[in-house]
Amino acid sequence: MTGDQPVKTAFTGARLLDPASGLDEIGDILSDGEKIAAVGPNLFDGSPPSDATVVDVSGLCAAPGLVDMRVQIREPGEEHKESLRSAGEAAVAGGVTSMVCLPNTDPVLDDEATLEFVARRARLHALTKVYAYGAATKGLKGEELAELGLLADAGALGFTDGTVGIADAQVMRRVLAYAATFNLMVVQHPEDSSLAGNGVMNGGETATRLGLSGIPREAEIIMLERDMRLVEMTGGRYHAAHISTADSVEIIAQAKQKGLQVTCDTAPFYSALNELSVGDYRSFAKLSPPLRSEEDRQAIVEGLKSGVIDVIASDHSPQDQDSKRLPFAQAAYGGSGLETLLAVSLELVHNQDLPLLDVLAKLTSIPAKLLGLDAGQLRKDSPADLVFFDPGIGWKVIGDNFRSKSKNTPFDGRPVQGKVIRTVIDGRTVFDAMTNADPA
Amino acid sequence: MRDPIFPHCHLLGIEGLSPLEINRLLDLSDPYVEQNRGPDKASESLKGRTVVNLFFENSTRTRTSFELAALRLGANVINMQIGSSSVSKGETLIDTAVTLNAMHPDVLVVRHPQSGAVKLLSEKVNCAVVNGGDGSHEHPTQALLDALTIRRRRNKIEGLKVAICGDVAHSRVARSNFYLLLTLGAEVRVIAPRTLIPSELARLGVQTFTDMREGLKDCDIVMMLRVQNERMTGSFIPSVREYFRFFGLDREKLALAKPDALIMHPGPMNRGVEIDSDVADDFERSVIREQVELGVAVRMAILELLANNLSAKRADTDGVK
Repeated sequence: MTGDQPVKTAFTGARLLDPASGLDEIGDILSDGEKIAAVGPNLFDGSPPSDATVVDVSGLCAAPGLVDMRVQIREPGEEHKESLRSAGEAAVAGGVTSMVCLPNTDPVLDDEATLEFVARRARLHALTKVYAYGAATKGLKGEELAELGLLADAGALGFTDGTVGIADAQVMRRVLAYAATFNLMVVQHPEDSSLAGNGVMNGGETATRLGLSGIPREAEIIMLERDMRLVEMTGGRYHAAHISTADSVEIIAQAKQKGLQVTCDTAPFYSALNELSVGDYRSFAKLSPPLRSEEDRQAIVEGLKSGVIDVIASDHSPQDQDSKRLPFAQAAYGGSGLETLLAVSLELVHNQDLPLLDVLAKLTSIPAKLLGLDAGQLRKDSPADLVFFDPGIGWKVIGDNFRSKSKNTPFDGRPVQGKVIRTVIDGRTVFDAMTNADPA
Repeated sequence: MRDPIFPHCHLLGIEGLSPLEINRLLDLSDPYVEQNRGPDKASESLKGRTVVNLFFENSTRTRTSFELAALRLGANVINMQIGSSSVSKGETLIDTAVTLNAMHPDVLVVRHPQSGAVKLLSEKVNCAVVNGGDGSHEHPTQALLDALTIRRRRNKIEGLKVAICGDVAHSRVARSNFYLLLTLGAEVRVIAPRTLIPSELARLGVQTFTDMREGLKDCDIVMMLRVQNERMTGSFIPSVREYFRFFGLDREKLALAKPDALIMHPGPMNRGVEIDSDVADDFERSVIREQVELGVAVRMAILELLANNLSAKRADTDGVK
């Protein structure tokens, strides 16, 4: 798509930020082909190589491209909500260079063929690198094991039933045990569906006031507690997706202390918003898990600070207007997240909760390591997947301006600080905010 | 001219209304009570206006009450009863709203099984909207007619002890009454089994009781709520007879309230489930039929007020053009 771009590019004068090595100083990056050829302070001594295109990025932060480990792409099946192309455009605008999609497409990604279909379509149409989780159970029904081994061979980075928790303890036990064979993690949506019942938002004062059925926090807590026992029993690798309660942080912390192979992530929704965002039935704030109380939100921030929460993922869940312009209880769950991932995560830095490198680690090197991807690092011979951003630029989130097909952001109207200026994948610029257009 | 005290074009709920606004609505209702009792019930104040009763949920009482109110004001009325099967497709709601709006109604009275649906609909139309009950959220005209009934009997609401008993979790009547009674300074108690008390209810400002005898003590008003049959089959309550034993209003339990305590019920009643017939039909204590009567007056006042506010608003916008 950009074959006429030069092979070598010199990015000069940026604040280099490599969370894996702790590098944080002004310097330069030289990319050669798809790789980083050199990175460091004063790389060129004032004169970059003559065969390289020089891009002056002084004043900007340079970090490894973001690795987003939880993205829903609606292709195949619901391309009107999001396609690999539109998700890719949204991703690069948000600084995301690698993303992992959930298997909850139609058809479900529970066999090699569909997984390969997505991989092929992604190569052809997506600007980003797209990976996928395989279904943990056939048809995401939570009953029979999917062909985990064949899925692993076909490139699945882990197994999950997507937005559904695996309810049956016996099934979960076997998924964990079987997946451990391939040393791949099982990503759980921790929610006890019987306890969640017909709830549509966090159980609490707001739900009571609005006359909506609540999902108690315990739906998440009980599922996590059960799963910790199963992890202990099977020795599997477990990753809890988008945790949202104070108790969840505690449970994961204890499991880690015990030495279990347990990790978790949360989404910016849960560190930045609470149940009050639902306000007067705002269906854009209808998420799964639901936005919780302010106490829970603060505990999630603490979990990020202490390191119990390993990763920040966008939890991108595109929905079209028709799915959201409904009475609250009937509206679809989910928020568009790719284009606000970095800016909202940077609130943690601006609020002085976490240092910049720590936030970036949760967005780059740590998820890459969990997923086994060669990504998320700013060092020689790594793929030249880079994001250049200005952490100081303020802007206002306006869903209608999203590149994603879906405009359903719970952050609509929120002033944020930190803007992606340029995104580079395999040495090629795929997003440039200055020209306000991507070369594709 | 818009009403100086209640200038709104919609009545979507009681929450957020000031004591002044609530009392304004009650004051405007009072004269219609007398008018409805007289031989000449008709007036012309809404002549030429169109009121649409848009009901996405079965209703006889509320719909009839609104219909009668509109007819007595001289308005043209159409009733649309939309089956619950087509509601599940969701999109129907906004489609229906937009379609109806194109026919220039003046007031839409809407009932919908989903909380928040009436507000959503009100954002898509430019006529006045009255919430005729949305899911488990609000039923403002019911709370207003309850308040009018209490006010006419007791001459005040402030300081009264009101017990609201029954399925509070799923009741829109309860929520509207909480907001209204608390705003006007009453003390509100909720009496219900724990499975029917929603979480954090106390933060709304009400006291909760699971022992009916304790909760009814010294109450001025006993308001019973209907228990839906589908909640009685072991999901929230073990059985009808167990419910009646602990939470049904009978003479014996009523004796714990004040000797002149009024009995209210939004209807339709399940006799022998939440209320004993003996108590329900006690003409000295029960004001259940009066509630129905005053409902028409309250709805007349509201339809008239909103239609006039809407005309004033439309005149204002035309003036701007």
